[in-house]
Amino acid sequence: MTFSADLGLAYPELILAIGALVLLVAGAFAPKAARLVGWGGVLLLAAAAFQAATGPFGRGFSGGIIADDASAFAQVAIFVASAIAIPLGQPWFERRGVHNFEFPVLIVLAALGMGMMVAAGDLISLYVGVELHSLALYVLAAMHRDNAKASEAGLKYFVLGALSSGLLLYGASLVYGFAGSTLFIDIAAAVHNGAHTGVLFGLVFLMCGLAFKVSAAPFHMWTPDVYEGAPTPVVAFFAAAPKLAAMVLFARLLAQGFGGAIVQWQQVLVVLGLMSVGVGAFAGLAQQNLKRLWAYSSIANVGYAIIGLSAGTAEGVQSMLIFMILYMIDVTGFFACLAALSRQGKSMESFEDMAGLFKEQPGIALAMTAFSLSALGLPPFSGFWGKYFVFKAAVGAGLPVAAVLGLVGSVVAAVYYLRLLKVMWLDAAEGKTDAPPIEARAIGVGLALFSFPLVLAALIWIYPAAGRAAHAFGLS
Amino acid sequence: MIIGLAHYLAVAAILFTIGVFGIFVNRKNIIVILMSIELILLAVNINLVAFSAYLGNVTGQIFAMFVLTVAAAEAAVGLAILVTFFRNRGDIAVDDASMMKG
Repeated sequence: MTFSADLGLAYPELILAIGALVLLVAGAFAPKAARLVGWGGVLLLAAAAFQAATGPFGRGFSGGIIADDASAFAQVAIFVASAIAIPLGQPWFERRGVHNFEFPVLIVLAALGMGMMVAAGDLISLYVGVELHSLALYVLAAMHRDNAKASEAGLKYFVLGALSSGLLLYGASLVYGFAGSTLFIDIAAAVHNGAHTGVLFGLVFLMCGLAFKVSAAPFHMWTPDVYEGAPTPVVAFFAAAPKLAAMVLFARLLAQGFGGAIVQWQQVLVVLGLMSVGVGAFAGLAQQNLKRLWAYSSIANVGYAIIGLSAGTAEGVQSMLIFMILYMIDVTGFFACLAALSRQGKSMESFEDMAGLFKEQPGIALAMTAFSLSALGLPPFSGFWGKYFVFKAAVGAGLPVAAVLGLVGSVVAAVYYLRLLKVMWLDAAEGKTDAPPIEARAIGVGLALFSFPLVLAALIWIYPAAGRAAHAFGLS
Repeated sequence: MIIGLAHYLAVAAILFTIGVFGIFVNRKNIIVILMSIELILLAVNINLVAFSAYLGNVTGQIFAMFVLTVAAAEAAVGLAILVTFFRNRGDIAVDDASMMKG
């Protein structure tokens, strides 16, 4: 392949990388134009999504970057989710007196890292992508500099994130040493006829590192603290796109790099998935803070995605992709609603704050009801379809026990979602809520409409697209 | 005695373990945690370079260059977050980072 053909495969990443630098310089010279920088970021992400959807496929840079159906599918979803985060977050920060243009730039840089993660074909590009998105997310979590909770959240996220990168890297070094290469295709050739113990050791470390990034139990302990402390629109962003990126990376690494060791990683994934579902369902019952509650809900939901992946079939990967897309919409919408709500200028984050919300803000209360029912998995909301495909794939791959236990977990989790509904709809209000800002409300209600009924139409497109993406991984 | 691959791997494994323990067992100062993270990354570098020399291929050394670069960026971001934390709290003891629990 020629160098220019290699570059052609990396256009989405190049657009974001060069664009982010231009925005940074523009913001530094015109600090008053923060909003313009924000719209510039949205434009960049839209251009990158368009390029990812229409660009050429192939392997570039000696296999370091792969552009295929899977990377295109994931990149479009990631860039769109990142583009939503900018108009959601920037006005929120401005209302709290934080006027900085770095927010959109950091979102673009995080999107660049995630784009690299889903297109990685080599342990080096995997590591660079993971770090690029993590470093941007650490800063975003601590973006609200005067807020003690936000800086604590940023610090905890940084320490545990850096530890997980260390585990990932140690695993990568072992895999490189014992398989003799960092390229996924060469690793696949090395493990084709049974894997060396050293490679398996490295694989376990790699999986631990990635489990940290998707916040699967038992590597979930940072999630509730970070979600509670970080600014709400930032949580809306990093509960969605980074999870999808890490899950796609997980799938690509296991399918394309360790396809020969499927028996070994399947067991690990089943255990990770079921533990996440259990921790998310039971620990969520004790929560009073809604951001913490949805942190546990996200742990449980990542568990379902991992169960889908553990099927080890193309159908399993397809179900995981559908599940993650639908879940991203739920969680972004829920946190957008939370970002829209305040009472006398104070954010509403606990169960008591939600009392009587239906009388005060019927639109937002209805949207939050839709997201809760969807996360609970009630038909016909979007979450039901995600779970349906995941359990179907798990049963189809001979894991009926995992599917049944997952179902039990989702029944337990129903308690806290229904409790939220009860407080919103039946309890008496404590005082007047402020008028919700237009952009957060529009995003929340729009995504709720997607959760139902638009999802039924969207599935006609998402289902085959996820199927093509899953087949790009080469599983049967 | 000839120093071979196994010795380098053992040193790296020991450094890695010290680093991980430094994060979890240390109850004093957050700077020590940053040093432990650095130790983990250096252990990985020893691994990579040892494997690279053993396998006779240069990928591991290139990987180590990337790790060094990223480690520098990571330390910069970590210290910056630590500064905002210090401004809010006036202290950087590990036990202080406990506003949120549960």
